[in-house]
Formats: sequence, C-alpha cells, structure tokens
Amino acid sequence: MIRVENLQKAFGDQRVLQGVTLEVQTGEIMIVIGRSGGGKSVFLRHLLGLLRPDAGRIWVDEVDITELRGRALDRVRERYGVVFQGGALFDSMTVFDNIAFPLREKKRSLGPSEIRDRTEEKLAQVGLSGAGHKFPDEVSGGMRKRAAIARALVTEPEIVFFDEPTTGLDPVLVNAIHHLIVDLHRKFRFTAVMVSHEIPEIFEIAQRVAMLHDGVIVEVGEPKVIQESANPVIQQFIRGQIEGPIRAT
Amino acid sequence: MNRGPTATLLRPVESLGRFSLDVVESLGRFGLFLGQAAVWIFIPPFKVLQLLQRIHFIGFRSLSIIVLTGAFTGMVLGLQVFITLSRFGSEAFLGPAVALSLIRELGPVLAALMVTGRAGSALTAEIGIMRITEQIDALTVMALNPMRYLIVPVIVAGLLTFPLMTAIFDVVGIYGGFLVGVKLLGLSQGTYFGEMQTFVDMTDIMTGFWKSLSFGVIVTWVCAYKGYHTGHGAEGVSRATTEAVVLSSVLILVWDYFLGSVLP
Repeated sequence: MIRVENLQKAFGDQRVLQGVTLEVQTGEIMIVIGRSGGGKSVFLRHLLGLLRPDAGRIWVDEVDITELRGRALDRVRERYGVVFQGGALFDSMTVFDNIAFPLREKKRSLGPSEIRDRTEEKLAQVGLSGAGHKFPDEVSGGMRKRAAIARALVTEPEIVFFDEPTTGLDPVLVNAIHHLIVDLHRKFRFTAVMVSHEIPEIFEIAQRVAMLHDGVIVEVGEPKVIQESANPVIQQFIRGQIEGPIRAT
Repeated sequence: MNRGPTATLLRPVESLGRFSLDVVESLGRFGLFLGQAAVWIFIPPFKVLQLLQRIHFIGFRSLSIIVLTGAFTGMVLGLQVFITLSRFGSEAFLGPAVALSLIRELGPVLAALMVTGRAGSALTAEIGIMRITEQIDALTVMALNPMRYLIVPVIVAGLLTFPLMTAIFDVVGIYGGFLVGVKLLGLSQGTYFGEMQTFVDMTDIMTGFWKSLSFGVIVTWVCAYKGYHTGHGAEGVSRATTEAVVLSSVLILVWDYFLGSVLP
C-alpha cells in the first residue's frame, strides 16, 4: 500500500502541491487525473523519490521514503517499475537491449539464455515480437510506449508507475495501450499508479480515480463516483467545458 | 512604517548576497559531483564495457585531430624557432626547443583543448539529452546509480586517454619539427635528436604527464557535470554544451599556469 500524507512542494513562489493526501491499495489501478501542468508528474516524481517534498510523508507499505537516501531508497525502488511520459528508452540501445537491461543489471543470477527468453516473452506480451533489433528512433510512438511498458514490467515489479503513458497517441493506440495495461495487470497483479488526462478512456481501466486540482486531491473514488460527482471542478474537467471554476490559462 | 527608501538602498546588497550564495552553492555542487564520482570509482561492480566505450569515444576517435594538430604545431614551432635561433647562431638547439615546448606546455594544453572541442562538447550534449529525455531518471528509478553508469566511466576514460593523446601529440609534433628543421631547412638529424636527448629529461616528461592527467579530469568533470545538470529542452542542452567547452578551455589554461609554476 502507498500512503501519501499532506505532501507539499513549491518551486520558488509557485506552490505546486499544497497538501496532497492519498492512499493507493495493494493491487489496485489508481489513476490521478488533473489539468496539464497541474502537478501530476511532480506528485509522481515524489513517489519515485526523484523529488524531495517540502513537507509531508510518503509511506510505501511501512517505509517512509521521504526519510530515505542512497541504498535504502534503492531497496524500495527495486520494487518499482516506471513508464515515463516519453518512454525514456536508452537511445543507444536496441529495443531488445532496453528491455533486457534491467535483467542484466539487477538479476545477476540469470544467464544469457534466460535473459533472452524473458525479454522475448515480454516483447511478445506487448506485441513487439520481431521489433527487438530496432533502435527506439526507428519505431513508432506507440511501439516506443509498448517497449517502455515491457521494460518496466520485465523484472516483475510489485508497483508500476505510469506517467501519462498515452500522451501524443491516436485514440486507437490509446485504447490499445490501456487494454495492454489492464491485461498485464490482470496477469501480474501489480499495484498501478497512473497519471493521465485521457478522459473518458481512463474510467474504463481505473479501479479508483483521484482528481488533483490546485495542489490538492479534491476527490477520490471509483470511476462511477467520480463521473457522477457533484463537484463542479470535476464535472468541468471531465466534460472539458471552458466555463467553470477551472480557468483555461 | 515606511520601509521603501531603506529597501531600495539595500537592494544592491541583497542582489550581491544572492549572487554570492548562488556562486558558493554551484561551486559546492560542482565539487560534490567530482567527490561522488571519485567514491564510485572504487565501488564494484565496475562498468568495464561502458569504460571501453568511453575510451573509444574520447580517445580513439580523437586520434585523427590529435595527429593533425600535433603535426602542424610541431611544424610551426620548427619553422619559427629555427628563424629565431638562427639570429643568434644557435640553430643546434632547435630539437630541444621544439621538444621542451611540446612536452612541457603545448602538448598537454593543445591536446586537451582539441579533445574538449571534439569529445567534451559531444559528451555534454549526450548526457544532457539523456537528462531531458528522462533516461537518467530511468536509471535512477531502476536503482542503478547514474554516477556509476554514466559519469565514472567518462572520468576514468579521461584519466587514461588524455596522457596517451598528449604523448601522441608530442611525438607527432617532434616529427613535425624534424620535417621542417631537418628536411626543409637543412639542420642535421643528429643535431636535432642529439641535443634533444641532452636537454630533455624525465622531469619535463613528468610535468607534461601531470598536466595531461589533470586536464583529463578537468575536461571530463566539467563536461559531464554540465550535461548532468543541463537545463530544459534543446536550448538547455545547447547552453550546457557551450558552457562546458568555454569553462573547460578556461580552466585548462588557468590550471596550466598554476601547475607550470608549481611543478619543477
């Protein structure tokens, strides 16, 4: 379980997170929605230990990661898989080597043939069989996202973070990636935390949705609860209306 | 209470204070970066493949430019020193003059400047692009230390390749001077090399060696640091690259003077 309590972060005068409190249950898919530039990625980077909060706590099970540094933090990160917004594939490696990389570096007990088999299996699971020899800049945006998902899952992590995994893709690919995530979640039962603003598609895959607005979580609940929420901020956001409490700036 | 005039008066002091703090902070971060890299050099597992790739990139791929600039530096030295010495009737000292200039001074400095221009800038751009495309974050969240994977191989490669590049530069330069002094201007071969053996000793070679070794650290440290802490987007990478080359070049010259006055 991940528990976030009163998380606060400011960059200069700009207060991005003003007291985020959220619980993510083990094994669920939690999707955090909110406006572009509203602090979703900043929130996620705190969960990954890439940013230090000004105030607040983050517990991963019973470990407060805001207190951790160096190897102690790495021990928590070893339970993570992360899909970055742009994929963050290593551009000097082929797709195959990108996916095999965490196995080669972190699972030192595995032999080359086992690494090859596992990587091929993961490539097949994300529909990239036969594309392993290509470099990231030789494949399409959708394929890059799939490769990034495969790399995040190859070590079979307990918790997987997705930072807007479908940004910049066409609607068909968005659905394909979402279904892939659901299939893989069903198979591996990881805890998933995703930030996204793919409305309404995310309501089909999320088990719970949290709305981040003005630096706080304004509401958390099952997709149906969020969709029927009386909160005008949520209604304006999911309907994409220009008029309302959210100012289009 | 009206604080307006006092605040206005204090504003320059405030700006100066903020500027000073910024400078101290960046110097601290800069030093800490090298300190961390120095610690990770000794912590296994060692990334041998990455080190070999960096040696290839910084060293082997700089060979042609080193040979070219070394040859012409030696040739220019041969010509100019010959003209100067002939005014005093001391052409016989052309060999040691060329060799000492190259081994003690020009070899380490020019080789370092050349490698900075060719490999240092590319290094900053490469690491900078990895930063802005979140590849360094990806390494971090995989619990794989970017210092170990990216920075340590670069700095160790700098330590190993700069002295070698300088040695090649020196040798090619000495033969460049030989070509002009002996083959074109008619000095005898025995005089050119004989006097060189008399006047150049191990102290001179070690001075050049220590210089090149420290330049190797300076260039890779500055270029890796600038790439690692690059700003946003393409403009950030371009600014980091320019700053890396300018700062490395200035530091090479400043450090050269310092070592020149300290070393025998």
